Amino acid sequence: MSAVVTPVKTSIALQTRGLSKSFGSLTVANDIALNLPVGARYALIGPNGAGKTTLINLMTGMLAPDKGQIFLGGDDVTALTPQARVKRGLARTFQINTLFAGLNALEAVTLAVAERRGIADRFWQNIAVNKEAIEEAYEILVKLKLGDACYQQTRELPYGRQRLLEIALALATKPKVLLLDEPAAGVPQDESGDIFEVVASLSDDLTLLFIEHDMHVVFRFATHIIVLVSGAVFAEGSPSEIAADQGVREVYLGARKHG
Amino acid sequence: MLPPVIGVLFDGIAYGMLLFLLSVGLSVTLGLMNFVNLAHCAFAMIGGYVTVVLMKDFGWNFFATLPVAFFAAALTSIIIERILYRRLYGASDLDQVLLTIGLAFISVSVAAWFFGTTQQPIEMPSYMRGSFVVMGLNIAVYRLFLVAVGIVVTILLIMTVEHTRFGAQVRAAVDNQRMARGLGIDVDRTFAITFALGSGLAGLGGALAIEIVGLDPQFAFTYLVYVLIIVSVGGLGSIGGSFAAACLIGISDIAGKYYVPQLGAFLIYLVMVAVLMWRPAGLFGRR
Amino acid sequence: MALQDAPMTTPQASSPQAYLQGLSRWRTIEIIFWLATLLPFWLFPNYLSLASQIAVAALFALSLDLILGYAGVVSLGHAAFFGVGAYTAGLFAKFVWGEVFTGLIVATIMAALVGYAASFIVARFRHLTLIMITLGMGLLLHEAANSAGWLTGGSDGLQGIEVWKVAGLFKFDLYGTTAYGYSLAVLFVVFLFTRRLINSPFGLALRGIRENFVRMPAIGADSRAHIRKVYTISAAMAGIAGAVIAQTTETVSLEALSFERSADVLVMLVLGGAGRLYGGLVGAAIFLVARDQFSGIAPQFWYFWIGVLLVVVVMLLPNGILGGLSKITARWSRK
Repeated sequence: MSAVVTPVKTSIALQTRGLSKSFGSLTVANDIALNLPVGARYALIGPNGAGKTTLINLMTGMLAPDKGQIFLGGDDVTALTPQARVKRGLARTFQINTLFAGLNALEAVTLAVAERRGIADRFWQNIAVNKEAIEEAYEILVKLKLGDACYQQTRELPYGRQRLLEIALALATKPKVLLLDEPAAGVPQDESGDIFEVVASLSDDLTLLFIEHDMHVVFRFATHIIVLVSGAVFAEGSPSEIAADQGVREVYLGARKHG
Repeated sequence: MLPPVIGVLFDGIAYGMLLFLLSVGLSVTLGLMNFVNLAHCAFAMIGGYVTVVLMKDFGWNFFATLPVAFFAAALTSIIIERILYRRLYGASDLDQVLLTIGLAFISVSVAAWFFGTTQQPIEMPSYMRGSFVVMGLNIAVYRLFLVAVGIVVTILLIMTVEHTRFGAQVRAAVDNQRMARGLGIDVDRTFAITFALGSGLAGLGGALAIEIVGLDPQFAFTYLVYVLIIVSVGGLGSIGGSFAAACLIGISDIAGKYYVPQLGAFLIYLVMVAVLMWRPAGLFGRR
Repeated sequence: MALQDAPMTTPQASSPQAYLQGLSRWRTIEIIFWLATLLPFWLFPNYLSLASQIAVAALFALSLDLILGYAGVVSLGHAAFFGVGAYTAGLFAKFVWGEVFTGLIVATIMAALVGYAASFIVARFRHLTLIMITLGMGLLLHEAANSAGWLTGGSDGLQGIEVWKVAGLFKFDLYGTTAYGYSLAVLFVVFLFTRRLINSPFGLALRGIRENFVRMPAIGADSRAHIRKVYTISAAMAGIAGAVIAQTTETVSLEALSFERSADVLVMLVLGGAGRLYGGLVGAAIFLVARDQFSGIAPQFWYFWIGVLLVVVVMLLPNGILGGLSKITARWSRK
């Protein structure tokens, strides 16, 4: 178990080494090594069941690996709890909406902001006292085009807006690395544009890894693609390299025929 | 001459067998569907009262009442499952707890209405009532009978689970419900049958319990605590776990009452809290 | 949950901050409610000791609402803290002195300490394991109190408690006037505190835990620390309730620690509606008034109706009476 190293100015935002996980005889992650430089726009693709979401769960700490290490900004975070990793700048969204159904959008994002600011355990003051936190939350919502719906209960928001709220919650933690798990999954065509605009407008300092099935989206946003098959990195490279890769085509298109 | 501790052990195991019968159904259904059924011992009570009525009012032989107790409890559970439980499989723990406690309250009141609040004695055939001496130990015939029933039921259960297709379906569904459904297993039907079986066994346990611990309307709650302890300690979904935990609790209880009576039930609760803290999923549980 | 569901359309709030402030303003119905609690002094002067019991039960139910209705922690052993508060206050009055406010403070601290210790265990578990552990801990404490007769008086209860006049002026008499005044005042003060907590950032975090436990770590929240904190506060509140009953009745018995008390308070809360701040208060009032009215009938029949009530509430009225009422008013205001 390596001790936490004093952060050195590093250009690698997120790195994994030898990350492995098995459930009995089922291997969901096989010696995965990733290197995400600061500001990266990486896409993670692969057939269904390849282990993409599992990889995110391993990186965020929701799942404990059998072997391997995870480095965030040069620091070994393998032993840290998920919330500790969030505090260090690693955030993720969920493929299936994991929202606070009974809170309205403003409350939800304010909660995330409050947690980040360390004021969420204050029980003696009204929440409205924390002007800056609320305003910060509101700005995030406006940026994600949710400003006019911010007083609506989450469960009453249309699906596309809920997906935007997923991203808003993650952004409220002021991440350095953001893992997006199929951000536009299930969103109808006419609404998905908003989501991609948001993704496009994300700051250049923010390192992005997104899981995506729609290859148009992947080619539009990604500078580098990682292909995951059966828990292992099958191929990686620039979009044009991957597009030309015969092996990837077989695996992906073949899987799509069955899937 | 065998030391008295062997006698305590034997009594503890006999008691444990009874507790096992009462608990195994709940453990498996909890592991299968994650449905917290606190009315489980009410089904046991039904079995007990069926035996009482058949013996007292109809003069039946004790052994003949046992299968009827089993089926009566199983049938009642099927009806309740269809009408009420089915709707709450996805509900919160609290809702399930409240609904089933409510049913338990109702059953206790109904039993008190029909049978009064005092214990129901039954007349065992004389050959069941005695005891004989083996190596200086007093072995009660009825307790030996309990141990025998317990062993037989355990063997039957293990055979069913390990060697029948139904058993395989149960094991698959306990292990991973989604995957089981994906493989085409009718999980709902598997659950309904398992639930009926488990409740039936509880009913059998209730009938057998009369001679050892007595039957009154409070039975549904008095033994619920023990059953819950055994299920939590043994691990959800584990027959072997229930068996081990039932023996552990049975022996602890009898030994406690024999050697340190002033402790009362303290020992049992302590064992439970300690085990759960060490292994939250129970000794043989999986989550 | 906010005291009333957020409106469907965007109101012309001057700012998000003002909107959030508005969610916690005092509603007229609340003011009416609290004014109504004064009515028993004039309308039901013969029932003031019952009213005092209701106030105590309401406070106890409020404490349970914090952990169950807001943080989603299901406890079947909350009477443990009620009992700790009761016995501490009783012993304090018996062996130290009978001044009520200091007794109240000491009992609160004691209950908070026990709650704090227990919170480390409670915060680690969920679902059935948690239910069983809370049940087990409650039963353990009850057994321990039963055995420690030299301290608690065992099944005979604590004898010889004598409490002084409140603030040197008001004596606890058989009419219950002082008792009700005292318990109502304590209830109100603690209620104000709770209301403030619910509308605080911490209250929002608790609702987050209840609404989506998985999402909390993903936004950087330490749910366990939050749960430990609210559990301790809730234990302290339950302890206050226990202390008040000990002081106003000058008796404490094992019943204060019993499973029956834990179960009853759960029923009261669920009846009124958990997570709605007033649910426990309404539920306690209805439950105890009903029990008083039906005190003639045998206990098993009382429990029959409680059982029916529970089944009905779960199947038809999942958010209790207040939940049902707010659904009706929501439908009405939409017309």
